Amino acid sequence: MGVPLPLRLPALLALALIVLPVLGLFARIDPGRLPALLTSPTALTALELSVRTALAATVLALLLGGPLAVVLARSRFPGLRFVRGCVLLPLVLPPVVGGLALLYLLGRTGSLGGPLRDWFGLTLPYTTTAVVLAQTFVAMPFLVVSLEGALRAAGTEYERVSATLGAGPWLTFRRVTLPMLLPPLGSGLVLTFARALGEFGATITFAGSLRGTTRTLPLAIYTEAQADVEAAVAMSLLLVVIALLVILVARPKAVEGRA
Amino acid sequence: MPDRIDGPDRTDGSGPTDGSELAGYATVPYPANPPGGGEAREESGLVAEVRLRRGDFTLELACRVPPGEVLAVLGPNGAGKSTLLTALTGSVRPEHGGIRLADHTWLDTRRRIDVPTHRRGVGLLAQRAMLFPHLTALDNVAFGIRASGVRRKPARRAALEWLRRTETGDLGDREPSELSGGQAQRVALARALAAEPELLLLDEPLSALDVAAAPAMRGLLHRVLGQQRRPCVLVTHDVLDAVVLADRVLVLDRGAVVEQGSTHRVLSRPRTAFTARIAGLNLITGTATGETVRTPRGRALHGSVVEPTTPGEPAAAVFPPTAVAVHPHAPEGSPRNAIPVRVVGMEPRGDAIRLRGETDSPDSEAALAADITPAAVAELGLRIGDEVFFAVKATEVAIHPVSGG
Repeated sequence: MGVPLPLRLPALLALALIVLPVLGLFARIDPGRLPALLTSPTALTALELSVRTALAATVLALLLGGPLAVVLARSRFPGLRFVRGCVLLPLVLPPVVGGLALLYLLGRTGSLGGPLRDWFGLTLPYTTTAVVLAQTFVAMPFLVVSLEGALRAAGTEYERVSATLGAGPWLTFRRVTLPMLLPPLGSGLVLTFARALGEFGATITFAGSLRGTTRTLPLAIYTEAQADVEAAVAMSLLLVVIALLVILVARPKAVEGRA
Repeated sequence: MPDRIDGPDRTDGSGPTDGSELAGYATVPYPANPPGGGEAREESGLVAEVRLRRGDFTLELACRVPPGEVLAVLGPNGAGKSTLLTALTGSVRPEHGGIRLADHTWLDTRRRIDVPTHRRGVGLLAQRAMLFPHLTALDNVAFGIRASGVRRKPARRAALEWLRRTETGDLGDREPSELSGGQAQRVALARALAAEPELLLLDEPLSALDVAAAPAMRGLLHRVLGQQRRPCVLVTHDVLDAVVLADRVLVLDRGAVVEQGSTHRVLSRPRTAFTARIAGLNLITGTATGETVRTPRGRALHGSVVEPTTPGEPAAAVFPPTAVAVHPHAPEGSPRNAIPVRVVGMEPRGDAIRLRGETDSPDSEAALAADITPAAVAELGLRIGDEVFFAVKATEVAIHPVSGG
């Protein structure tokens, strides 16, 4: 089927809008300085922190968001649609708003943060834990939405067959639901990790930008851009490469999951 | 196989009042359990009585299936056949009713008992095989055995034995995607049987198979169900499935029982027009001898064997009314089966006239139907009470094994 002409030009423009700025990044930098810039202490510290926090956020999203996806896909209760809407909130909310919300809940004087500090001596804001929480807040919906969709698409028929074979709900979940969910789960996890890695707004609001503690790669880029543009661009390229890898890894699995 | 009956949700209904209590509101007679007789309790089979409303559709029926018996539930789409199965498996809870299997109460809406599916011991073979795609055929069959607490190795050994019994012993290593529809359905049957269910449910088990695979699967089901000691409920819209597999037939229409009785009686002498319409096949039973069916009166019907029959075993000759020609005298020298009948009914059916003929041995051959043109009726000058011959070519007669019950 041929694509109608009136659609081709906007399509081309759309592609240009995405690709040209990224290519521009490469043009902006002197390739000779790239290795030095990428191995600078600033970049390495930020990268290490980013990977560590994004992995932690992904694990947290899996442990909490996975069960939430199962509940959303498999149970029926009044207000289910409302709950599902709430899960989508971080996807549409500006992350900075999420960061503010987290700060007011878990900050020193927050409604939950106050008691936490008074009773347990715990303060979350401006810690690495805060970074992980901010990333989880923003990235978890990716996992919940993709898992819930996969669960709905898979249907309950296999689970019903499993029950007729004498398997209880927990056994059925472990031996039937989970194995069939692995491909979409994999791509969901990669997407979640990528989103956590790129998190900026919620992190800087809730966790600040403390070198080595809360200054992840995106925050470091933002900070460096004001002093050393080339260093910022080098770190940006690093994120671009990671993003491309994520797309390569996650895409085939997403397609497989649908098949 | 360990006894899986001891779960806390299984209500032990061995008390002397229990049987009569259920009988109190079941519309079918339920025999009181003889005290202490494990063997006798086993024989009480499935007793179900359900009323289930969905929108403006109401399913209301009572049925009883003794151990080893196959009950076919026949009816058009939307009659409530599948709804009945969901009530039996426990995925849907009827508003009112009771389901008992031997001395286990699965459902009793009065006493608020509703045992979840996985504790009922109800095996299901559905239209599609629904083999778990991430497991091999062997591990699919071993699934139910493993679920009952058997370790992997002995479970696999038992699973292989079940695969052999469904003639798929060589397919154990295959992934479900590498199996044909017929093979997958055989493996699914092995999987359902391997879990050793108390009640076996077959939900249109042949309707998704192609024309080539269905007869073979039907034959296998015939052999396997013949050895079953459990009650079995077969839901189908295909009369042939009922003929070959079922001992008794229950005809369902819009949620209500239209007729129930032995397969032969219901299908060969339908008491309602509705049953006659869905039956729509001539059925002559007897014993198999090669490519013929011999009736108790000694008449032989020649046909072609669809599923393999064993000489001396019960079999049926099945042919459609449209294949029947009507002759005033016995046709000579032709390769036809000719059956002398007395015309007992004539009714219009589409463009044709359906003639009902009764043979001289009503028990075994019963009433037969012939669809002929109005012109032929006029030409032969047929009237009720006439003695004629129903002739049908051997190539039009299909010979099937039937359940001995």
